[in-house]
Amino acid sequence: MEEIIAGIIQAFQLIISLNPELLEVTALSLAISLSATAIATLIAIPLGGLIHFREFAGKRVLITIIQTLYSVPTVIIGLVIFLLISRSGPFGFLGMLFTPAGMVIGQTVLILPIMVGLTITALSGVDRNIRDTLISLGATESQSIIQVVREARFAILGAVILGFGRAISEVGVAMMIGGNIRGATRVLTTSIALETGMGNFGLSIALGIVLLIIALVVVLIMNLITSGALAESDRIRGGPQA
Amino acid sequence: MIRISGVGKKFGDREVVSGIELEIRPGEIFALIGPSGSGKTTLLRLINLLDRPTRGSITFDGLNTDGPEHERLAIRRRMAMVFQKPAVLNTTVEQNISFGLQFRGMERGQIRDRVTRALEMVGLSGFSKRRAVTLSGGEMQRVAIARALVTGPEVLLLDEPTANLDPLSTGIIENLILQVNREKKTTVIIATHDMAQGQRLAHRMGVVMDGQLVQAGDLYEIFYHPVNRAIALFVGIHPVRGGIVESNEKNLATVAFGGVRIQAITALHAGEKVAVCIRPEEVTLALPGVCTPASSARNCLDGTITHLLPFGPFTRVNIDCTIPLTALLTRRSCEELGLVKGRQVTATIKATAVHVIRDT
Repeated sequence: MEEIIAGIIQAFQLIISLNPELLEVTALSLAISLSATAIATLIAIPLGGLIHFREFAGKRVLITIIQTLYSVPTVIIGLVIFLLISRSGPFGFLGMLFTPAGMVIGQTVLILPIMVGLTITALSGVDRNIRDTLISLGATESQSIIQVVREARFAILGAVILGFGRAISEVGVAMMIGGNIRGATRVLTTSIALETGMGNFGLSIALGIVLLIIALVVVLIMNLITSGALAESDRIRGGPQA
Repeated sequence: MIRISGVGKKFGDREVVSGIELEIRPGEIFALIGPSGSGKTTLLRLINLLDRPTRGSITFDGLNTDGPEHERLAIRRRMAMVFQKPAVLNTTVEQNISFGLQFRGMERGQIRDRVTRALEMVGLSGFSKRRAVTLSGGEMQRVAIARALVTGPEVLLLDEPTANLDPLSTGIIENLILQVNREKKTTVIIATHDMAQGQRLAHRMGVVMDGQLVQAGDLYEIFYHPVNRAIALFVGIHPVRGGIVESNEKNLATVAFGGVRIQAITALHAGEKVAVCIRPEEVTLALPGVCTPASSARNCLDGTITHLLPFGPFTRVNIDCTIPLTALLTRRSCEELGLVKGRQVTATIKATAVHVIRDT
């Protein structure tokens, strides 16, 4: 118990004093997970759109596979990516093992299924008549996908936030692909694992608190965007949707 | 303008429409009438190239519509469709109406001018910045029509555009349809279950029942010469069944219902089992003994009034003349004749007003 209290006190000291190591680890965590989320978003929205709008054999099976991959263990993604980019792997020549770039790839692969799947769910939530209307109005396939995606924008934003949440909180990929190299690939989660193992509870708790603060900030930003959008639609005369 | 040949559409195992043969002429208003669920919407969707037929072919202005998607898009962009349940996107009215022009790559300033004019046309000026999802049903339907018209379509497809609307909104929309057809020579195909609406708007009509186009023609043909009992009922005639053609001389036939004989114009031969359709407004009533056949081609039937039903400024009078007949009289003439239930009257019907259909 004493250890925990001492740890919490030390944690706040580290945070308030803006401990350089803490800042560095936090910055790298954010940079890697934001990059992964951005790349995954760029892939997930068009891909989700294509899967949702196109009719093809095996569509149901594909969606089921995607949904299964929501809960793929991070260490399995870590293993697969490791095998692909390690020196002897097919992409070994890129030299990405134990680099932040490799971690970005790993996290992108990790969160892609959940973002594609939730994008499909979000698009399915848009009234079927909307799509017919757009096609009837002369939209090309991509024009109608863009408009339906816009119609589902808030639900898709939720998918993006969830993807970011999964990326920043995972350990498996960061550990196996990044290698937890101090000053190079050490991020919040791998730090916590390491420092706890070494008995540095204060630093671990501080890192944990930072992780939770990031989560809080993300939620606040999301609420801000949604309420901003609502305010915008209120400015368009007519008030909120009935 | 549009030629539909042998078109059928299956959803799963169910053939929703089949064997459709229809030609839509340029500049006409063609009404597809039929009960709900008869396949009118499916047919309109096929015409708008939203779905592909499982059988048969559709040509648009001589063009084959069965080509690859980009060819179908080019043809689709010459049409516009208004759906029964208008779907508006969660944005401004102005933006909703702009979509069709935006998709066609029109320049912004030009879009704004066109949208403004379209809004004026449907009587929604000043609504441009409103959020479309907050509009009433009638307003939304007018936005949907403006959105369709703004692209200047050669063919306008309307699926029950006034179902569930109040009479005032219905009137506005009907006038708009007539105006567009008159001024822009737009070909209009309107699906409706409302016979009266079909009558008000259309030059020609097609009756769709159970996925088949059972009759197509001008209004007179459909209202006075329905080809079968289902259509007769749908156009407001109660066919009298159980008749047999007794004789037929040069298409002037005598149809016998037990002891009652009715003269009618038909090509059906003696011995055929038939039903007769008589529009209520073609039946005139007089007090007994007043009827003197002016010519042999006129029927006089004596009967008893069984029921009087007020019908706006008219009264529907049911008479039992061994066969049941219905007459439509103005309320005033009903009073002048002193018609009450149980009263004996003579009904007069011209032979040309009796339509005979084969009854199986």
